[in-house]
Amino acid sequence: MPDFIQPWLFLLPIIIKVVVVFAVVMGLVAYASLAERKVSAFIQDRVGPNRVGLPLTLLGFKKDLAIGGLFQPLADGLKFLLKEDLTPGHVKPFYYWLAPALTVVPALLTIAAVPFGSTLFGYKMVVADINVGFLFVFAIASVGVYGIVMAGWSSNSKYSFLGGVRSSAQMISYELSMGLSLVPLLLVMGELNLGKIVEYQAWHGWTLLPFTDLRIQWSPHWEISGLNWREILLWIPMLISFVIFTTAVFAETNRAPFDLPESETELVGGYHTEYSSMKFACFFMGEYAAMITGCALITTLFLGGWHLPIPIIHDGAFSLQTRTGDHGTLWGILNILTFLGKVIFLVIFFMFVRWTLPRFRYDQLMRLGWVWFFEIALANIVLVAVLLAFFPK
Amino acid sequence: MSPALFWFFSLMMIAFAILVVVKRNPVASALSLVVSFIGLAALFVSLDAYFIGTIQILVYAGAVMVLFLFIIMLLDLKAEEKRVVTAAPLIGGIVVGFTFLTLLIRVLAGNANGKLPMPALPGPVDDVKRVGELLFSQYNLPLQIIGTLLLVATVGVVVLSKRELK
Repeated sequence: MPDFIQPWLFLLPIIIKVVVVFAVVMGLVAYASLAERKVSAFIQDRVGPNRVGLPLTLLGFKKDLAIGGLFQPLADGLKFLLKEDLTPGHVKPFYYWLAPALTVVPALLTIAAVPFGSTLFGYKMVVADINVGFLFVFAIASVGVYGIVMAGWSSNSKYSFLGGVRSSAQMISYELSMGLSLVPLLLVMGELNLGKIVEYQAWHGWTLLPFTDLRIQWSPHWEISGLNWREILLWIPMLISFVIFTTAVFAETNRAPFDLPESETELVGGYHTEYSSMKFACFFMGEYAAMITGCALITTLFLGGWHLPIPIIHDGAFSLQTRTGDHGTLWGILNILTFLGKVIFLVIFFMFVRWTLPRFRYDQLMRLGWVWFFEIALANIVLVAVLLAFFPK
Repeated sequence: MSPALFWFFSLMMIAFAILVVVKRNPVASALSLVVSFIGLAALFVSLDAYFIGTIQILVYAGAVMVLFLFIIMLLDLKAEEKRVVTAAPLIGGIVVGFTFLTLLIRVLAGNANGKLPMPALPGPVDDVKRVGELLFSQYNLPLQIIGTLLLVATVGVVVLSKRELK
């Protein structure tokens, strides 16, 4: 190996991680769109997209292989690329072009600080292991508003503008309760590094299910550890935090039941009314990427991230134990798959909510954000602080 | 950090700061200021001050400037774009700016400490913890006073805006 490469070798694992994470997230975005159509079809008792598969007739076979419409995202992507890219005459071109990019980039950038696995071959499975990862996520998410504001303003049309104004007001409002709802978690864990937050949950039980480090021993004597009064009492504020944070993620990602910015009965398409072809696809991808990032965050903060409790009966005791990549490469891969599984479960949950609940009215949305969630989140912080004063570590 | 990155981010900051003043469209000015803030945050991060850098983006780029932009767009300021720049304020501004710059350069060049190389930091600094400890021990009273001030300001805003409605 030539010498001049040596000082740059440390970049190799980072680049591999960036490329793999980017590819996986984009793949998830593509298949989330298919999943959304399938879920909506299931809920509305339709079939959904089921035609696009392997075009075997091109190779001389009698029939195409549909495989349940599994290649639909490829066809969608191709369609978006080939559609005419129309820039209406009344827009402000520079900002009109900038807006879609500014929507996608922050949504994808946030995932960099989220740990998607324990360790693999001795490398931490996170792209950017920063000490203030928690704040980084919020900083980048707050920048995500610009794309939408700019799209609404530069389109120079009333529908777009109203959609943009609604969306940005909504995002600013819910960012507050979103941040406040997580302060109790930080009080309990004392960490801002997302990787360490997951590690804390791996050893002390998940935030939402504190018994995932349970240990029941029956011989030679009875002993139960892993669930004490402190954890049971702290469970209540953690549940409140979870509800507020998850609802705020719905609002942040502009998804139903909070999809007022693009409520088609009033605003045509909202802030992306004037966009076509790939630029529209960018907003679409941005929305799904933001949803996946939000689900990854919920997983990291509340559902133990990559952690999977392994039940083991040994020496007269039943215990749920933690396995990381240090115990073997297979465990490391299992951790990554666990994380992906949790994220996909949450994404499907988001879709079920979208196709089940009706849309909120705008004043209801604002009241929910400012009057209910904001106050409950504040009270929650006080509650946790008092509990921690009585039950220190 | 590589000096190339320092120069890149510094030049980016200065260029966009100039654009804030030069651009006639208020939205363009506000967005230039956002880019300038991001350059500043990058400089903080390069000094291993991750906390300050992130807060810079979170508070200024993510919250303050979004509100600025929001208001500017709602007001739809057209008059500013049509205004013609006259010679007197332009020359005056340039003179004041350069006087300040010369003063700054002379003071900084005269300070011997500025020429010392910075000592290397001992490993990663837990800056959030440090800032928190300082705020709640040594600077607790100022913190409480600022908190009260902010509360008074918030209450004031609510009272004033409610009176406007009637």
